[in-house]
Amino acid sequence: MHAFLKTGKLGSGGKGAGGSGSLKTGTGSANTPKPWVEKYRPKKISDVAEQDDVVAVLSKTMNGADFPNLLFYGPPGTGKTSTILAAARELYGKDLFGQRVLELNASDERGIQVIRDKVKNFAQNSVSSTKPDGSPCPSFKLVILDEADSMTHAAQAALRRTMEKSSRTTRFCLICNYVSRIIEPLTSRCSKFRFRPLGVAILEERLRSICNTENVNISDEGISALIEVSEGDLRRAITALQSVARLQSGREIKEEHVYDITGAVPQTWLRGLIEACASGSYDKLSAFVDDLMAEGYAAAQILLQIHDCIVEEDNLRDVQKAAVCEKIAVCDHRLLEGGDEYLQIMDLSCCLMQNLTK
Amino acid sequence: MSLWIDKYRPKELSKLDYHTEQAQHLKQLVDGGDFPHLLVTGPSGAGKKTRVVALLRQLYGPGTEKLRIEHQSVLTASKKKLEISTVASNYHLEVNPSDVGIHDRVVVQELIKTLASSHQLDTVGQRDFKVVVIVEADKLTKDAQHGLRRTMEKYMSTCRIILCANSTSKVIPAIRSRCLVVRVPAPTNEQIVSILQNICKKESLNLPIQLAEKIAVKSRRNLRRAILMCEACKVESYPFSSTQEVSLPDWEVFLRTTANMIVSEQSPNRLFEVRGRLYELLSHCVPTNAIFQGLLRELIQNVDGELKAEVTRLAAYHEHRLNLGSKAIYHLEAFVASFMALYKKFLEENMADMF
Ligand SMILES: Nc1ncnc2c1ncn2[C@@H]1O[C@H](COP(=O)(O)OP(=O)(O)O)[C@@H](O)[C@H]1O
Ligand SMILES: [Mg+2]
Repeated sequence: MHAFLKTGKLGSGGKGAGGSGSLKTGTGSANTPKPWVEKYRPKKISDVAEQDDVVAVLSKTMNGADFPNLLFYGPPGTGKTSTILAAARELYGKDLFGQRVLELNASDERGIQVIRDKVKNFAQNSVSSTKPDGSPCPSFKLVILDEADSMTHAAQAALRRTMEKSSRTTRFCLICNYVSRIIEPLTSRCSKFRFRPLGVAILEERLRSICNTENVNISDEGISALIEVSEGDLRRAITALQSVARLQSGREIKEEHVYDITGAVPQTWLRGLIEACASGSYDKLSAFVDDLMAEGYAAAQILLQIHDCIVEEDNLRDVQKAAVCEKIAVCDHRLLEGGDEYLQIMDLSCCLMQNLTK
Repeated sequence: MSLWIDKYRPKELSKLDYHTEQAQHLKQLVDGGDFPHLLVTGPSGAGKKTRVVALLRQLYGPGTEKLRIEHQSVLTASKKKLEISTVASNYHLEVNPSDVGIHDRVVVQELIKTLASSHQLDTVGQRDFKVVVIVEADKLTKDAQHGLRRTMEKYMSTCRIILCANSTSKVIPAIRSRCLVVRVPAPTNEQIVSILQNICKKESLNLPIQLAEKIAVKSRRNLRRAILMCEACKVESYPFSSTQEVSLPDWEVFLRTTANMIVSEQSPNRLFEVRGRLYELLSHCVPTNAIFQGLLRELIQNVDGELKAEVTRLAAYHEHRLNLGSKAIYHLEAFVASFMALYKKFLEENMADMF
């Protein structure tokens, strides 16, 4: 086959993809630097911050309470995957983890057939309630369906039947960003937990503790900037922190370094856009937008930030603000559906121009 | 003989002509060892790809330039066979998943899984990960993007992903949260001028600064366009003169003429003629958003004041609808028709005022 692939074992297709993946993540020699998001992933459920409800329920199950089927939902980087992996590790220990836990995510084929065959086979047999060394462990297996919102409805329906039939031997944990994309018969069979975006205090504490361990030199404004741009997504905050730390390599990390790598549009550009609109000249505006787009700022990001400016703009009356904000919403929606960035920004700017020059 | 854009493409991070500080940062990122997934964004012609290629070389050395084109086939769940070609070296693989349309999820996953589970040939002095470069990542379906989420975490120890996109607007937050975003702004006009002059010096040509500036302006900060235009100028007439015409790409000239036709007459008959020309553009694979932008830019020149905003609104409205529909021509034509109606009404009202 292709020389590119000759370098190792071929085709992971035949094997359980979930299994081969989790083996991989376990290895990775100790001296290769690890991405901090992985390094600081909570190891125990007590390490999980902010999500008190789910931590409380899971802690009880560690002490023998019944383990319900679970549904975790919430925005990215709030600890959903980490929580269930930590819980599974605590329940089964390292040795049994591979045997008792089946992790399937959106990268694995999860059509109806896979749910019917693979999940069903896995869930079928009951298991003993002791580990090989005699210590107790739960008498059920665990199926983790990460990113369940990308499963088709047919596959979800198949899952529902499997879930019913194997309720004696197996527990399920579904994870998704959008709960609305999971069919009702599934959600009603699970204890639902919403994962909240992490609060400022917690983000700050985590970031500071990483900075201490990794000897990162960062100013207070730097930390605040990280918190602001992360919008409660700790993964994003940590990825950004590691990147700026690397880029600054030892020099003090300041606010602007953080904004620089997160794609936030600097205030001067936003002011410039509003001034170009206020000038009333279409040509000036068009030239300005050309430059703004050439800088590579994302239109969606511009909309997000211009919204804040509009709300505080003194030269607009409230009705005008409302009209512009409605336009922002329309343009944002169109962008999501594939609309051209230049055209949408121009459309919004024209609306802003009309309101500012009236 | 290769084109100047290929011949003078810098191969190393240290040789990049602009955003040198960013190039330095990327080098530090490589030296640090804990290399993250990257999302490289910027307008087209800003030099994203050049930067990525130089970055790969920094990671693995000149071996990344020994490229082969491979045709891979991937089976979907419904046993449909998909063919896709990839460009690969021993260290990385580049793929444009939008080639397979809505089946992009399967392709991306299979490629990454196969790559991630195959080990590096010689580990001495090498990285223990390979790189998958995904171009036009903003064209990935939502399905494919969702499929990437956990994959990016799971195979992190053996595989890094570099996504290239024009903008982050269409990349879902869960992916952005897993990448370091590297924004590559387009070069400024001054930077373009100096790059053109350097190239001409190497070609032993004498490029007048006025001409270089004219090309820079016409390129609209797209370096690829600028270099192509400069080479075209050389072919058209050398020695260069500072007053020489800089010709635009054929399709742009064609589009400009089309816009003039729309302005000079508004009638069903003219609409019919314009439709033929739009078909012509589409059959030459000119991107539909470029047609909209081009038409708007030309039409705007011929209307004034309030009307400009109205025409812009129409363009933004119809271009968006095109993305949801199945036939581009309907929406292009709808835009032209509504412009004609608007413009005709405007002319009639003005006429009436005059009497
Ligand atoms: N609640 C949390 N407590 C502690 N760390 C967290 C929390 N949420 C996210 N993280 C950090 O963010 C990273 C990604 O979290 P993850 O559980 O994968 O998020 P997701 O909710 O998207 O599955 C983890 O590696 C961890 O470092
Ligand atoms: Mg997750």
